[in-house]
Amino acid sequence: MTQPTTTGGDVRLDGISKTYGSFTAVHPLDLHIPAGSFFALLGASGCGKTTTLRMIAGLEEPTTGTIRLAGDDVTALPPHRRPVNTVFQSYALFPHLDIYENVAFGLRRRGIKSVKRQVGEMLDLVQLGDFARRRPQQLSGGQQQRVALARALINHPRVLLLDEPLGALDLKLRRQMQLELKRIQTEVGITFVHVTHDQEEAMTMADTVAVMNGGRVEQLGAPAELYESPGTTFVANFLGTSNLIEAEITDKSGGELLLTAAGGRLTLPAGRCGAPARTGAAVLVGVRPEKISLTPAEDTGAVPAARNRMTGRIADSSFIGVSTQYVVATPDGAELAVYEQNIERDPRLVPGAEVVLHWSPAHTFGLDPAQDIDAGTDISTEGEAA
Amino acid sequence: MTATETREAAPVSAAPRNVRKRLVPYWLLLPGILWLLVFFVAPLVYQASTSVQTGSLEEGFRVTWHVQTYWDALTEYTPQFLRSVLYAATATVLCLLLGYPLAYLIAFRAGRWRNLLMVLVIAPFFTSFLIRTLAWKTILADGGPVVGVLNSLHILDVTSGLGITEGQRVLATPLAVVCGLTYNFLPFMILPLYTSLERIDGRLHEAARDLYARPVTVFRKVTFPLSMPGVVAGTLLTFIPAAGDYINAELLGSTDQKMIGNVIQSQFLRVLDYPTAAALSFLLMAAILAMVTVYIRKAGTEDLV
Repeated sequence: MTQPTTTGGDVRLDGISKTYGSFTAVHPLDLHIPAGSFFALLGASGCGKTTTLRMIAGLEEPTTGTIRLAGDDVTALPPHRRPVNTVFQSYALFPHLDIYENVAFGLRRRGIKSVKRQVGEMLDLVQLGDFARRRPQQLSGGQQQRVALARALINHPRVLLLDEPLGALDLKLRRQMQLELKRIQTEVGITFVHVTHDQEEAMTMADTVAVMNGGRVEQLGAPAELYESPGTTFVANFLGTSNLIEAEITDKSGGELLLTAAGGRLTLPAGRCGAPARTGAAVLVGVRPEKISLTPAEDTGAVPAARNRMTGRIADSSFIGVSTQYVVATPDGAELAVYEQNIERDPRLVPGAEVVLHWSPAHTFGLDPAQDIDAGTDISTEGEAA
Repeated sequence: MTATETREAAPVSAAPRNVRKRLVPYWLLLPGILWLLVFFVAPLVYQASTSVQTGSLEEGFRVTWHVQTYWDALTEYTPQFLRSVLYAATATVLCLLLGYPLAYLIAFRAGRWRNLLMVLVIAPFFTSFLIRTLAWKTILADGGPVVGVLNSLHILDVTSGLGITEGQRVLATPLAVVCGLTYNFLPFMILPLYTSLERIDGRLHEAARDLYARPVTVFRKVTFPLSMPGVVAGTLLTFIPAAGDYINAELLGSTDQKMIGNVIQSQFLRVLDYPTAAALSFLLMAAILAMVTVYIRKAGTEDLV
């Protein structure tokens, strides 16, 4: 058994895969999670994220590949001999033990006799010092969640695995616990691997997010990078909302591609195009709703020349408070979402108004048109993952 | 106007309706209570009165508050009492040792065979208790297959040395009676054990493994403590009827293996000494009640989920 250390270890997955009979839960996967990082595996239910996590914990045996923790090959080690601990989705607290004994469980299994001070400190860290002699079922969901965290952290694992740890909490508590988890991670410096289906949660907390779909990692990167430059339609739609329009490359000049889409002419920086940049080739051009500005058609002249522009008619608008969300129909039938900050609201922007949509070419991205344009749209708001 | 009228009228009609509503649970309980009064409380009171009567069958029995019967019965049949407790306890332990692995296997490892295995556990109930015990008489008979095998392996020499079999016989020995009890009450052990094991959340096992518990420790610290309600229920359901049983000792034992149930039966039906039989019944009831109380206190089941 590894001696407890306060520093995190890195996780290296080489060609890890998992198949159940003819079903492939995880396709061969290479992943490196740096020591001390907060890493999120994001995806809808059944995408293989939990299976990946369970393979790192040792609760699931990989079909192929090796797992290294801090340099040591642990692929063949049973879970009780790996220096990792897990916070389970439904906490899995021992109902026959009180909070104190739940937290002390890992220490006692490693033969540590004097656990009183450590357990006390850990319960104080999660602000449950007064609850030591309560039973798990006497605690609220948020308190149970904190016990599960304390029970794992007290062992000073090299890597802490979190399987949808906030899934059972209500929205407000979830936001609070997200900040709490982030704070604790910064404090203890342990590598956190966090599995979630909540894209907002992943982006708020993680340094690096791996978006998984159908047993594969679609894209991996910092939250802002994934959001601003999605590499696939799934990532574009699953992380936030994207407007995707079918376009054709008409010309190349310098570092820029000229496109025609829905009757308009658009510019796309060549470096932001994920599809083959041949003249005449099709491409899916994307832009985030909040990057688009709306100008009434009669003021077209006021729109700066360098901006990408399209025309349309406002089909619907809803006032959210900080912003107003519009649906704009283009002449060829496409519908684009536009979020406008409510700074100075133009009274002419009402349903039925003819408008110009315009945005900076730097906020435009191009995707391979061979993909399903709607991939990841209907699952991004799904509540509970299995 | 009509609205006001109905509102004023409401409390008047509501009162009897509320009363009727409150009485519903009692009406539903009535059949059960009547049943218990007629078939449990009445016989119990009748037996209690019988136990303090004196007389004979010819002259009739009269209540004379002759409490001495209890003391006499206890001193005279102490060996049978102790034997009953010993046999029942042994059978209970054997049931637990045999039943726990079985229940564990069915609950956690059987997969799609689970229902079939449960049916097999319950299957003996489809034939009568008496028939099953008689079948054992054939199985354990002198010169039968069991005796033959045990004899050729020289196991009977060892068991006879220990005093649980006699010479070349298995039938009419303590071994036969305890085996019969174990066989007959095994399902009563397996069913509650299975129920409580099956209820254990598999993620608790994973959590324990994740927290450095070896498989043996997972069982010792998580599975077994969480199955305690099943262990307590199973041992009670086995021990209580086994302590009062007389069929197994009657069919598989000899006069040297008589249990208290056999004594009560013969006092009632053969000797026709009703007061002694009734007193023995009450003594057995009191003894079991006392042992069960101590046991439940020790096992501390109220502490469990």
